[in-house]
Amino acid sequence: MAFVEIQNLSVAFGRSPALRGINLAVERGEAVGLVGESGCGKSITWLAALGLLPSLATVRGSVRIDGTEILGAPKARLEPVRGGRIAMIFQDPAASLNPVHRIGRQIGEALGLHRGMTGERAKAEVIRLMDQVGIPDAKNRINAYPHELSGGQNQRVMIAMALAGQPELLVADEPTTALDVTIQAQILDLLTTLRRDTGMALVLISHDLGVVSETCSRIAVMYAGRIVEEAPSGQIFTHPNHPYTRGLMGALPPLSGARHRLVAIPGSVPEAAQMPQGCAFAPRCSAATGRCTEVDPVPLPLTQDHSAACIHARPYAQAGQPLHHHAATTRERAMQ
Amino acid sequence: MLHYLLSRLLRAAVSIIMVVTFVFVVLRMSGDPAMVIMGADAPPEAIDAFRKAWGLDQPLWIQYFSFFEAIFSGELGRSMRDGRDVLSVVLERVPSTLALTVPAFLVNLVVGVPAGVYAALHRNSLIDRCVMVMAVTGFAVPSFILAMLLVLIFSVNLGWLPSAGQDSWLNAILPIATMGFGGAALLARFTRSAMLEVLGQPYIRTASAKGLPWSAVVWRHALQNAAIPTITIIGFMLGGLVAGAVVVESVFSWPGVGRLLVISVANRDLGVVQAIVLMIAITMVAANMIVDVLYGLVDPRMHGQARPARR
Repeated sequence: MAFVEIQNLSVAFGRSPALRGINLAVERGEAVGLVGESGCGKSITWLAALGLLPSLATVRGSVRIDGTEILGAPKARLEPVRGGRIAMIFQDPAASLNPVHRIGRQIGEALGLHRGMTGERAKAEVIRLMDQVGIPDAKNRINAYPHELSGGQNQRVMIAMALAGQPELLVADEPTTALDVTIQAQILDLLTTLRRDTGMALVLISHDLGVVSETCSRIAVMYAGRIVEEAPSGQIFTHPNHPYTRGLMGALPPLSGARHRLVAIPGSVPEAAQMPQGCAFAPRCSAATGRCTEVDPVPLPLTQDHSAACIHARPYAQAGQPLHHHAATTRERAMQ
Repeated sequence: MLHYLLSRLLRAAVSIIMVVTFVFVVLRMSGDPAMVIMGADAPPEAIDAFRKAWGLDQPLWIQYFSFFEAIFSGELGRSMRDGRDVLSVVLERVPSTLALTVPAFLVNLVVGVPAGVYAALHRNSLIDRCVMVMAVTGFAVPSFILAMLLVLIFSVNLGWLPSAGQDSWLNAILPIATMGFGGAALLARFTRSAMLEVLGQPYIRTASAKGLPWSAVVWRHALQNAAIPTITIIGFMLGGLVAGAVVVESVFSWPGVGRLLVISVANRDLGVVQAIVLMIAITMVAANMIVDVLYGLVDPRMHGQARPARR
């Protein structure tokens, strides 16, 4: 059983659907990347899972941790999960920290909540955590306010705060988007190191396929509130099957080989309230056919661990593995 | 923090000097005081004598400095009505005014802030709507109309409370209610919007994501941040403690500073008006000073001692 199992999760704000049925599982210790344009529902997936969306959002589906349902669970069951089993860090670290509290206190708060630590013991642990995430001079910085630190330092504080509850999963929501490029690499390295040292799972949410592929072993590509393609990082690059994934790759500058003009995906994400008939990506898709505007494709397996939600995607043979027959037959059945 | 305090203190001193200068300039520009006081048809010798007696024949800068000297030694002149020292005329009215404004201020705080916080936490609920309707009403209805309405209901129709004078503590109830309601409405509105602003901030989401119960999120993370803009409004109210009762004191014939101001303006008693204006200015500056100190206590970003912690 996967550590976190999200099934058919959908979120709507009034009449606008923000998530249209997400299925995603995160195994213990695994690093999963969640990629897509802004507004595609990457962050909402996890905010909804932890019950952090405003009350006007309608959330449906199921989110299980070790088999226990947490979606719509009472506070008493949800609060120990937040920060204790699943911790989350956010895009803008400076705004995500309370400006009027010292950082030591903010980290220590999580220690008190999830590990019952207070006073000197908590203080010592805060210093250890700050050391662990690479904040120099932790003994003195413990009394600093967020505005006295740089963006990168603040993100380290956020990470230390997340680690304080010894979570089994860290959800990093665009953790480097607001930071300098040089700092970005440091933070990503830190996340990788921490995952190796602590054994926690990582969900890295990003709009940058490059960032995610370096850090994660499995990638889920989201578009307009759905996961449109999911595969191990390597396979996503060798066999991108959804035209949207291919589009994202066309927008990545190649590291080697001839330089070419980067290809942008034409058009923009459809308005949530006005989803097109059929495939949500069809209006922007160069490979779209008439059927694409009629059939709303569901994710179907292409190989053992690769699936795509496109009616044109076909099962393929992997090196050392025969054509995934099971995939082929379930596809055929589902298409009918 | 000390540096911060000193800089605020210096700023307050500069503000007061500017106000005093302003009063000096305005008084000189509003006509020759000798002509105003002696009358246009007074003999020239009498006017010259008056000028000499009050130092008006001196160069302007000497007048300016002696004006300062007089103010800082508490010599604000004499009332033209009864020849008494204006400072004592004004000061003897202050306790009466404070007897209204201080309780009203407490009502503002005790009613306005919790109402605003509650409304924000239960946004769009029935109580939120009620609070907002009350707040808009309190904000939109001028205090003299509210005052007369209260008199009509509680004095004229019901006969429960006296409508004017200062005979007993019962007389204070209606004026305090008038000011308390208006201020509480204003404060509730500001507190609500400050709270809503803060509740939408990413750090509130962080605090929830950390696993804090909602009550702790509100108490530890939202209130202190929402206090920052709210303190500004409270500061204005604090500054108005001495001056704020002009209208209400007049309606209820309450013998306070506000009513004295109205009477003195009507009687062209310039010395008294000048003293009251200065006193109001000083309380405003002092209130601002207190607000600045509170800012410093509540918001660490205000200390201005940007430690070079950036790397």
